[in-house]
Amino acid sequence: MKQLMLGNAAVARGLYEAGCGVASSYPGTPSTEITEEAAKYDEIYCEWAPNEKVALEVAFGAAVAGKRSFCGMKHVGLNVAADPLFTISYTGINAGMIIGVADDAGMHSSQNEQDSRHYAIASKVPMVEPSDSAEALEFTKLAYEMSEKYDTPVLLKMCTRVAHSQSIVETSDRVDLPIKEYTKDIGKYVMMPANAKRRHPVVEQRTKDLIAYAENCPFNRVEMGDTKVGIITSSTSYQYVKEVFGEKASVLKLGLINPLPEKLILDFAAKVDKLVIIEELDAIIENHCKALGLDVTGKDVFPLCDEFSQNLIAEKMGVEVSEGLKLEDNIPVRPPVMCAGCPHRGMFYTLQKNNCTVMGDIGCYTLGAVAPLLAIDVTACMGASISSIHGFNKARGSESESKTVAVIGDSTFMHSGMTGLANIAYNMSNSTVVILDNSITGMTGHQQNPTTGYNIKGDPAGKIDLEALCKAMGFNRVRVVDPYDLEACDVAIKEELAANEPSVIISRRPCALLKYVEVKPPLVVDCDKCVGCKMCMKIGCPAISIKNGKACIDKTLCVGCGVCKQLCKLNAIKEA
Amino acid sequence: MTKNIMIVGVGGQGSLLASKLLGRLLLDCGYDVKVSEVHGMSQRGGSVVTYVRFGEKVYSPIIDKGEADVIISFEKLEAARYMEYLKKDGRIIVSDQEIDPMPVITGAATYPENLIEKMKAAGANVDDMDALSLALEAGSAKAVNIVLMGRVSTYFDEIPEEAWLKALEACVPPKFLELNKKAFALGRAGK
Repeated sequence: MKQLMLGNAAVARGLYEAGCGVASSYPGTPSTEITEEAAKYDEIYCEWAPNEKVALEVAFGAAVAGKRSFCGMKHVGLNVAADPLFTISYTGINAGMIIGVADDAGMHSSQNEQDSRHYAIASKVPMVEPSDSAEALEFTKLAYEMSEKYDTPVLLKMCTRVAHSQSIVETSDRVDLPIKEYTKDIGKYVMMPANAKRRHPVVEQRTKDLIAYAENCPFNRVEMGDTKVGIITSSTSYQYVKEVFGEKASVLKLGLINPLPEKLILDFAAKVDKLVIIEELDAIIENHCKALGLDVTGKDVFPLCDEFSQNLIAEKMGVEVSEGLKLEDNIPVRPPVMCAGCPHRGMFYTLQKNNCTVMGDIGCYTLGAVAPLLAIDVTACMGASISSIHGFNKARGSESESKTVAVIGDSTFMHSGMTGLANIAYNMSNSTVVILDNSITGMTGHQQNPTTGYNIKGDPAGKIDLEALCKAMGFNRVRVVDPYDLEACDVAIKEELAANEPSVIISRRPCALLKYVEVKPPLVVDCDKCVGCKMCMKIGCPAISIKNGKACIDKTLCVGCGVCKQLCKLNAIKEA
Repeated sequence: MTKNIMIVGVGGQGSLLASKLLGRLLLDCGYDVKVSEVHGMSQRGGSVVTYVRFGEKVYSPIIDKGEADVIISFEKLEAARYMEYLKKDGRIIVSDQEIDPMPVITGAATYPENLIEKMKAAGANVDDMDALSLALEAGSAKAVNIVLMGRVSTYFDEIPEEAWLKALEACVPPKFLELNKKAFALGRAGK
């Protein structure tokens, strides 16, 4: 049946049709929907793992046990999962295994713009790269065949524009595969030095075999047109090239991105006058072509930064593009903001008010860094808040310990905050950690995690008790505050920073967007009392603005959290 | 010939239902279709854009500057922001709501005045409407997206009204269907 399907949903459909039995992932934009959609098929066991390393190892275990498996993550997630990736490349698999990784050129929702193709090359694992939903579905199925034929995990690389665009797919039925036999094979699966030494040449031979396969595989294709210019491209760049040139240009479209073919590229190059490589981010295909001795145009013309578009390619290729209409007015930017009623807001206001140095982390609460809160000093990667506050405090001593705080969300804490906390307990810095527990993985669109008590399907599941966990690690000072209560937040921050031992403050209130959270009636401003002092504006709530010199609350946005009301010294903000 | 529709607004305003409806409609009408959405951080009150492209064969999932036949905007500032994506003879359908972005709220920037007039003066065909009032008349502020869809439907002669209604039935839960049909009709009438 023909249907319009999101790229990520098409991967999930491919998993279903190919008989995938186990999927374990950690959410991350733009990869999240693969596993969410896969979870809608009862035939696939799906779960959210605490982090990508765990997810990849779960999928590995399932593949060794004999079931086709999957794990999904965003590009930076593959950094976390890199350890098992490099060694699973040596062991190979039993049943097929796919690692879905979604890059984010343009950084729509990411902290960096790294190119995952480097991982495929470095770990010597084949990588396929679809350019639309139909290919996402087809490549997923073909990837399992390649995985089993060559005894290797396969990386399936998505990017934002393939993951989050819908295009037409044709679905078919699921093949039900019997579980493969598992046979104990120490030489293959136990990677101690002597065995790994024997496996490394196997990996090198596999790469040679895969190069031969790449010369004539269903992932790569040549579309000959005019031979003045030949374009080698892949992924969403292929779609932009076709948008500009249609059937006119000669194109070598690569779907198997590691390893890259040699003869196929040389033959294509021989047929065209000039060779142009069009690829987002790094010069992977370009460097391969140069190593083959080809003279190519690539990153000398096309940018290393940001995502491409049809106009960018047209301009760089000397094709005219139409200019749009412009206004002379400066259009103010509209950056993302913490939602009205966001439970993180009260805690960030408190940290700013107390002049704290704040080590931040990855999640909705990264938005605490923007004006007017400006409450975060450093944000690097998942879990870094807790590890780096320890380093910060070791470097600066008690002067820093009395005013520095780490903030981390519940899901991020489960992902990679716990090990940092263990380090604080073990190596004894007097650090203060705030766990912003909003009872969900927020930024990626509400996924459950080990602290919520529910699994990916929303069914009851194991629930980790954060207070008990922190106490078990050796923290004597563990306290819970409600971030809607500014007075309680202020007392907690002041007391824990002053304390002579490390502490954990759990700032607990569910995300205001969760369906079960009761929304209170919007608050109103008594214009007779309001003097326009803007105290209520200090929390950066999108529902509050100044109109005609007085505060004004947008009743369509306000959820009645009452944080602004606590700031108003004139009692001008009240219930309607 | 590929046609391009952009839906722009503020994260959380309901553009996903609008793009779902358009996707379903255009698929039913036998076109090749691509719909590109934004997920993740921008959804938190940021500027969001959805691209809908249809025709015999669609390649790129996104719309570039100077390419949009129609821009549907849930908010005035967002219409102005994306105006440079409009084709020369393209059209902007805009709900005349104003939502202050954070730089305006904090006083770092001001919300430009008379945006509709300025866009018209710059050469854009602007169809501005009080979609929120029409949505409230239909029964819910959340129906702004369907009011706007009703208005859009008047600009595509190749697609009959019945096809729009059929797609609406397929995309909206039965208990909200009557409300949304009313919103669609009010938007289509444009008053």
